[in-house]
Amino acid sequence: MSTASTANFETKPWGGGYSPFNVRWGKLYMWIFLLSDAFTFSSLLIMYGALRHRWTDIWPFPGEVFTHFPFIHGHVPLAYVGLMTFILIMSSVTMVLAVDAGHSFKRKTVQLWLGLTIIGGLMFVGSQAWEWYHFIEGSEEGAFYLSDGRFARTDNLEPGVLLFHDGTRIEGAEAEHLKSTALKNVHGASLYENEYGPTPLFGNFFFFITGFHGFHVFSGVVINFIVFVLVTKGALDRKKDYELVEKVGLYWHFVDLVWVFVFTFFYLV
Amino acid sequence: MSEDFISPDIHHERISHKSQEKAHTGLNTKVIWRVFWILLLVTIFEVAISFTAISKEILLYTFITLTIVKAYFIVFYFMHMKFEETALKFSILLPFVLIVYLIFIAIYEGIAIGLINY
Repeated sequence: MSTASTANFETKPWGGGYSPFNVRWGKLYMWIFLLSDAFTFSSLLIMYGALRHRWTDIWPFPGEVFTHFPFIHGHVPLAYVGLMTFILIMSSVTMVLAVDAGHSFKRKTVQLWLGLTIIGGLMFVGSQAWEWYHFIEGSEEGAFYLSDGRFARTDNLEPGVLLFHDGTRIEGAEAEHLKSTALKNVHGASLYENEYGPTPLFGNFFFFITGFHGFHVFSGVVINFIVFVLVTKGALDRKKDYELVEKVGLYWHFVDLVWVFVFTFFYLV
Repeated sequence: MSEDFISPDIHHERISHKSQEKAHTGLNTKVIWRVFWILLLVTIFEVAISFTAISKEILLYTFITLTIVKAYFIVFYFMHMKFEETALKFSILLPFVLIVYLIFIAIYEGIAIGLINY
């Protein structure tokens, strides 16, 4: 390497003697790994899109499914998931502030922002667990596979009313009759069936995509915590190198980026 | 050569210090918070319009566009891509052309299968 050309890097980045990407291998490798992980998540989301459009006439409306908010009775569609998005974006900001502090070797500042990032990550994972709990629990009456082949949902706020995908509602004696002659009553959600629509795919995709993402958030929190300990012990000061914070920062932003896409295509579209 | 930096780990890459310093000046605290406000406002806007009676098709394209806008800010600013070498930009971003292709063919096929009359 020492006999390589000493051409100026700026005019000839591929002239030899320098890394053409101008980053160290650890950071480049994190980018390459994130590229592969992005392909994995893209494949999951695209497959979700394909199947959701294949079953478009029975696919549940996310604005009608995800309506819970802590301490609020009644329906607040998508508010909680919007809050989760805000929490994760905030934790991305604190992460980039930690990286910025690392460039200036400010150990205590890095600790502060990295600590806040970890807390934000834990809040997100906890929120996701709360979402799962309510998704799995479902409503009081559940849903019904009626004897005429239709699928009817219910709503906690409107007891005794049957709701259909096209917007029609049936209540009173007719609803009671349909319920009593129903083939099946479904409560909550599992991998096999759910009360939100007559397809197990809705539950499956919800669990797999949000679960896979949540697993990434959790592993990110663990990794951030390890780096936090290293920073606290002064290991990065001794090495005079804070690039480790930058590398885990890339992973954390990737996790936030994936959530932005999941949030849009799962909940909004 | 004093502007050069040989990385101390096992890989010993030679990094141009001058280029690195140019890269580091782009992202400061002020820019970081500005990007945060942009992301927050776009997200609030997205959630707000999802409740209006705008046609589903317009909503869909709006969401896709705004999500790409958010992705740009996260990747180029938070992940520092704006200030990296062109070689790195292309290496990481060009493969996503394949993803765009996959989106089109998979969604199209999904819709088509749903239209089959058994």
